[in-house]
Amino acid sequence: MPEIRVTPLGAGQDVGRSCILVSIAGKNVMLDCGMHMGFNDDRRFPDFSYITQNGRLTDFLDCVIISHFHLDHCGALPYFSEMVGYDGPIYMTHPTQAICPILLEDYRKIAVDKKGEANFFTSQMIKDCMKKVVAVHLHQTVQVDDELEIKAYYAGHVLGAAMFQIKVGSESVVYTGDYNMTPDRHLGAAWIDKCRPNLLITESTYATTIRDSKRCRERDFLKKVHETVERGGKVLIPVFALGRAQELCILLETFWERMNLKVPIYFSTGLTEKANHYYKLFITWTNQKIRKTFVQRNMFEFKHIKAFDRAFADNPGPMVVFATPGMLHAGQSLQIFRKWAGNEKNMVIMPGYCVQGTVGHKILSGQRKLEMEGRQVLEVKMQVEYMSFSAHADAKGIMQLVGQAEPESVLLVHGEAKKMEFLRQKIEQEFRVSCYMPANGETVTLPTSPSIPVGISLGLLKQEMAQGLLPEAKKPRLLHGTLIMKDSSFRLVSSEQALKELGLAEHQLRFTCRVHLQDTRKEQEMALRVYSHLKSTLKDHCVQHLPDGSVTVESILIQAAAHSEDPGIKVLLVSWTYQDEELGSFLTTLLKKGLPQTPS
Amino acid sequence: MKLYCLSGHPTLPCNILKFKSTTIMLDCGLDMTSTLNFLPLPLVQSPRLCNLPGWSLKDGNAFLDKELKECSGHVFVDSVPEFCLPETELIDLSTVDVILISNYHCMMALPYITEHTGFTGTVYATEPTVQIGRLLMEELVNFIERVPKAQSASLWKNKDIQRLLPSPLKDAVEVSTWRRCYTMQEVNSALSKIQLVGYSQKIELFGAVQVTPLSSGYALGSSNWIIQSHYEKVSYVSGSSLLTTHPQPMDQASLKNSDVLVLTGLTQIPTANPDGMVGEFCSNLALTVRNGGNVLVPCYPSGVIYDLLECLYQYIDSAGLSSVPFYFISPVANSSLEFSQIFAEWLCHNKQSKVYLPEPPFPHAELIQTNKLKHYPSIHGDFSNDFRQPCVVFTGHPSLRFGDVVHFMELWGKSSLNTVIFTEPDFSYLEALAPYQPLAMKCIYCPIDTRLNFIQVSKLLKEVQPLHVVCPEQYTQPPPAQSHRMDLMVDCQPPPMAYRRAEVLALPFKRRYEKIEIMPELADSLVPMEIKPGISLATVSAVLHTKDNKHVLQPPPRPAQPTSSKKRKRVSEDVPDCKVLKPLLSGSIPVEQFVQTLEKHGFSDIKVEDTAKGHIVLLQEAETLIQIEEDSTHIICDNDEMLRVRLRDLVLKFLQKF
Repeated sequence: MPEIRVTPLGAGQDVGRSCILVSIAGKNVMLDCGMHMGFNDDRRFPDFSYITQNGRLTDFLDCVIISHFHLDHCGALPYFSEMVGYDGPIYMTHPTQAICPILLEDYRKIAVDKKGEANFFTSQMIKDCMKKVVAVHLHQTVQVDDELEIKAYYAGHVLGAAMFQIKVGSESVVYTGDYNMTPDRHLGAAWIDKCRPNLLITESTYATTIRDSKRCRERDFLKKVHETVERGGKVLIPVFALGRAQELCILLETFWERMNLKVPIYFSTGLTEKANHYYKLFITWTNQKIRKTFVQRNMFEFKHIKAFDRAFADNPGPMVVFATPGMLHAGQSLQIFRKWAGNEKNMVIMPGYCVQGTVGHKILSGQRKLEMEGRQVLEVKMQVEYMSFSAHADAKGIMQLVGQAEPESVLLVHGEAKKMEFLRQKIEQEFRVSCYMPANGETVTLPTSPSIPVGISLGLLKQEMAQGLLPEAKKPRLLHGTLIMKDSSFRLVSSEQALKELGLAEHQLRFTCRVHLQDTRKEQEMALRVYSHLKSTLKDHCVQHLPDGSVTVESILIQAAAHSEDPGIKVLLVSWTYQDEELGSFLTTLLKKGLPQTPS
Repeated sequence: MKLYCLSGHPTLPCNILKFKSTTIMLDCGLDMTSTLNFLPLPLVQSPRLCNLPGWSLKDGNAFLDKELKECSGHVFVDSVPEFCLPETELIDLSTVDVILISNYHCMMALPYITEHTGFTGTVYATEPTVQIGRLLMEELVNFIERVPKAQSASLWKNKDIQRLLPSPLKDAVEVSTWRRCYTMQEVNSALSKIQLVGYSQKIELFGAVQVTPLSSGYALGSSNWIIQSHYEKVSYVSGSSLLTTHPQPMDQASLKNSDVLVLTGLTQIPTANPDGMVGEFCSNLALTVRNGGNVLVPCYPSGVIYDLLECLYQYIDSAGLSSVPFYFISPVANSSLEFSQIFAEWLCHNKQSKVYLPEPPFPHAELIQTNKLKHYPSIHGDFSNDFRQPCVVFTGHPSLRFGDVVHFMELWGKSSLNTVIFTEPDFSYLEALAPYQPLAMKCIYCPIDTRLNFIQVSKLLKEVQPLHVVCPEQYTQPPPAQSHRMDLMVDCQPPPMAYRRAEVLALPFKRRYEKIEIMPELADSLVPMEIKPGISLATVSAVLHTKDNKHVLQPPPRPAQPTSSKKRKRVSEDVPDCKVLKPLLSGSIPVEQFVQTLEKHGFSDIKVEDTAKGHIVLLQEAETLIQIEEDSTHIICDNDEMLRVRLRDLVLKFLQKF
C-alpha cells in the first residue's frame, strides 16, 4: 500500500528549528533546515543522523526546500550541506536566496566572533552552500526529477516567503512554512488554490489566538510609542532586520509625517539600508498598494528614520530605536535593553513571537529580575509591551487556508503542543479530516490510494461516451477493453484493437444447439411463431424476422428446420458466438419450454 | 485541430488554435505599419506640414485634396492615424476561451479584441509583459490623444477611390477595417482581464488542455507557450532570442517532442548582426556629437533601449562623451526605467546576481544618479528648461508619425550636423522618413533585432524535432528583395506548412489516446497475464465516469443479490443483459491434445475427421460435433446445456481471453 510518511526533526510541537522529513511515493524531501534560538548546544540544529547513520545524505534526500529566510527555517543549512554533507538541490525563492546568506553570515558572526564558538560553519561554507540553491518562481512547476515536482505559492509573512506543494503523480503534500492570511502594510496575504493535497503541513504559531483587527493593533502601537516619547521616554523595538521592521518603519514614518513629529527614529545595524534595498528591488513580492505606487513614491525610502550609532543610546531625551535581533537574545537590541531597562519612563515593545529561553520570552512572561552573564542581575523597570505584529496566520487564518486547499488530512507543526491540541480538534470537527501533531522524531504514516493513469484509445472512449448519453443511463454501463502493459506505458484499447496490435487472430467460438419441438406446422410458420414469442418476451432486445425465414435476437441466429425422420418434430437451430453466451444459453432454455399455443 | 490565422504580419501574430474543446488565441499583435500612410502628428504647429499641397488625380480632379497631401512625391492621409487590426470576421471572437500573450509587443491589439467582440474569457501573460505592455499602450494613447486632430479622413478608403490612388495607398489591405487608437479606459478594462502567470507554470483549461509559458529570451517576461493534452503537444514559438541580452535565457528543452510547432516572430533583419549594429550605433552617435550635432534615436520606451543605455554606460567615458546630456523622453520614461529594475526574477543570471548584492540590475540607475541620463514625460515642461545641445535624445514613436520624435525631426531635420539613428526594426526607415523629405539630417540605419535568425531556427528545429512546423508564408521563401538567398527561409523536413492572413489551416494531427484514471480498487482487481516477453494484458470491465473533461474508471457495481425466490419472477426479468460482453478469444486448439483432454474428462467414442481447413471431432454417443479450424471452433449439439457448458469450458482452456 503506498503511503506518505512525515517526521519532524524540528518544529514538532515546538517553535524553532523547523525541519520536516516527508516521504511521498518513494521520494524523500526535507522541508526547511532551521536552527533553534532557545538553545546554544547541539540541540540548536536538527539531528540529521536520523536520516542516515552512515550513508551520504545526498543519497537519501531528493531535494531540500527552504520556505523563507528566517533563521529558524534556514539557520542550519550550511551545517547540513557543508559539514554533514549534502550535494543535492536546495530550492527557495529568489528573495530568500538573496537574503538568506546575509542572515546566515550575521548569525555566524554572532556565534563565532562574539560568543567565540569553535567548529561552527565558515563564511566559505555559506557561499558553497548557496551554490547548491536553485531559485524558483511563484507558481512555477519545478521538475526535480521525472516524477517529483514542486510548486511555490505566495505566503506573505516575510519578503519571499513561500508555501510549497510537493507532488508525485496524483499524490501531493503542501507545506506552508510560515504564512499570513491578512495583508499587512508591506506584504500581501497568503494564497493557495484548491489543490486538494493528501496532506497539508501547516504552521500553528497562533493556533489559539484570534487577533483583533490589524488597524486596532496599529493604533495601539502608535499610541504607546507616541505617549512614551511625549513624556520624554525612550522606546526600544527589538526586530529582525528584515520583515516586521519594514512594516513598522512604514507605520511610524507615515505617523511621524502626519503628526509632524521631530523625535528621532533610529534603525540599528548596517543591514537596514541594505534590507530596504532588497525590498525596493523585490517590490513585486510586496502588496498591491506598494507595487502600484512605487514609481511615484517608493515606500522603502524613509525620510524620518536614520541609522543608529551605539553612542546615541546614551543621548538624553526621547527617541525610538529599532534594534536587532528581535528576541533580545544577543546583539545590539540586548545591549540597548540593558542600558534602558532601569528607567520606568522607557518602554520596550516586543512586536513578535519570542522563543523560550530568550530574554524576550522571559520579560514577556512577567519576569522582572533577569540573571545576565557573570551572575549580574538586571532589574527591569521599563514598561514591557507585547504587540502581535508577527505575520503568522491566527486560528481563523489557519482554518481559512485549510478551507482553501481542501486537504485530505492536516499535520500541525511550528507551535506549542497545548495550543496545537485545541486547533487539532477544531480542524477535525470543522473539516472532518484527520489532523496530526507529531513530536520531533515521531513519524506519521498516511496510507494513500493513488489512481493509475493510463491512455485510453479515443475510439473506445468516444464510443462509450456516446452510449453514456443515451437516456437509459440509469443503469451504469460497463466499459470493456484490454489493458496493454508494455514497459511503463499503459494503454486501454478495445479487445479487437489489442488483438490486432499484438498480431493475434481472433478465435471464434460458436455454438449451435438443436432444440426439438413437437410441432406439425410448416417451418416458416414455426419461425414466425418463434419470432412473435421472442418479440413479446424480450422487450429490451432487438428481435428481427429476416426475409430468408430466420429469426435473429441481437446477433443470435435461430432457424427452423424439419426433423430428418419425424415430420411431427421440428428442430430449431439456435446459433451464437461465445460473446453472446449468456443470451444464447437463455434462449435455448426458453425455447425448450415450447412455444405458447396462441401467439400473444 | 485547426489554426485560424488572423494576422498576416509575421512578427505581430494573431492566431487562434482550436484544440480539443478549447479555443485559444495566440497573441494579438497590432500592425502599426498602417500609420506610415498618414501624415505625422506634430506636437507644435508645423508650418511645413500645414502647407503641404493637396493631392489631385491625374485628370486634375482635386476632390481628395483635403484628405490626401503630397510630400516629395509621396501621398499621405491627413488624418488621425489608424491601425490595421487582426481579422475579426474569420471566426466568432466571442467564442475565444483564452488569449495567451507571448510578449509586450504582441498584445497591442488586446483592447480591440477584449472590448469589442463579446470576449468573456481570460488572458494569460507574465507580470513584466503586462506592466511593460501597459506602458506601451499608455504611451501610444498619450501620443495620439494629446494632439487632437479634427480631421478623420474616410473618403479615400472607398474601394473605387482607393484604386485610383498611388502606391502604397493603392495596395494597402483591408483599409475599411482600420481603426483609430483605443482609449485609456479600454486599455484598463482589457488589462483587468489578464491573469498573471510565471514561467513553467502549468495552467489547466477546463481539464482538457494544459498551457505553460516558457522563457523565450527576447524581452522582459517574454514567453513561448506549450499547449498540450496528455498525448498531444503544440509549441507556440513567438519572438525568441538566443543572444545574451538582459532577459532570462530561452528555454529550448521544453519545446521538445512537439507534434506541431507554430513558429512566428523571427528577426525582421536576418542579414544584420545585432552586436555589429550596436557597435555602429555607438560610433555614429559619438561621431555626430563630437562634430557638434545632435543624435535622435526613435525608440520604444522599453526593450532594446535598456541594452543601448547599458552599452553607452560602458562607452561614454572612453569615447569622451561624459559631458553630453542623454535625454529619454516618453510619458512612461520614468515608469519604464523604474520597472526595469524590479523584475530580478525575469533577468539573465548576471543581472540577477547583481540584485542579490543588492544593486540595481541595470546601470541606467547610475546614469540617472550621476545626471548623465535625464528623463522627461514630454518636451513640454522641465525639459525645455534643461535642454542643452548637442545632445542625444531617445524618444518615440519609431514610426515617426506621432510622439515627441516628430518635433525633433522637424527641429533637427534641416541640419546635416544632426543624425537620426534607427534601431527599431518594425518600420522601414525610408518609409518612416518620407513625410520629412527633403532632409539634410544624416540617417543611419542600425536595426537591432535580437530575435532568432534562420541559422538559429534550423539549429533549434534540429534540436527540438517537432513533427510539423507551421509558420507565416513569409518564412517559407527568401525575402522578396533577396530572392537568391535561399538561406533566408525556414528549412526543415517535412517542409513547413505556410499560413497567410484570413486562412484556416487543418493541423496534421491524429488524436488517438486520452488519459483516463483507473481507481485503485479496480486496479487491484485486474489480472494481468504476460502474452509476449515484456507485454502483459488484462481485460477490463469497468464503469466510466466523466466529469470536467476528466475520465475515471471505477469497478463495476457488485451484482445485486438474487431477489427472494418466493416472489414469482417474470421471464423478462431473467433475460440477461446482453451488454455484459464476454471477452474476445484468441489462440488455436491442438486437436490431439483436445481429444486427450476429452478422454480424460470421460468422453468416449471420439472420432476425428480431417477437413480442408481443420478437423471435425465427433462425439457419437452425444450426437455432438465439434468443428475445429485455425481461427474458429464450432460446437454443434443437441439441447443439452450441461454437456454444452462442459465442452465450452474444455475449449476455453486452450484459448486466451481478451
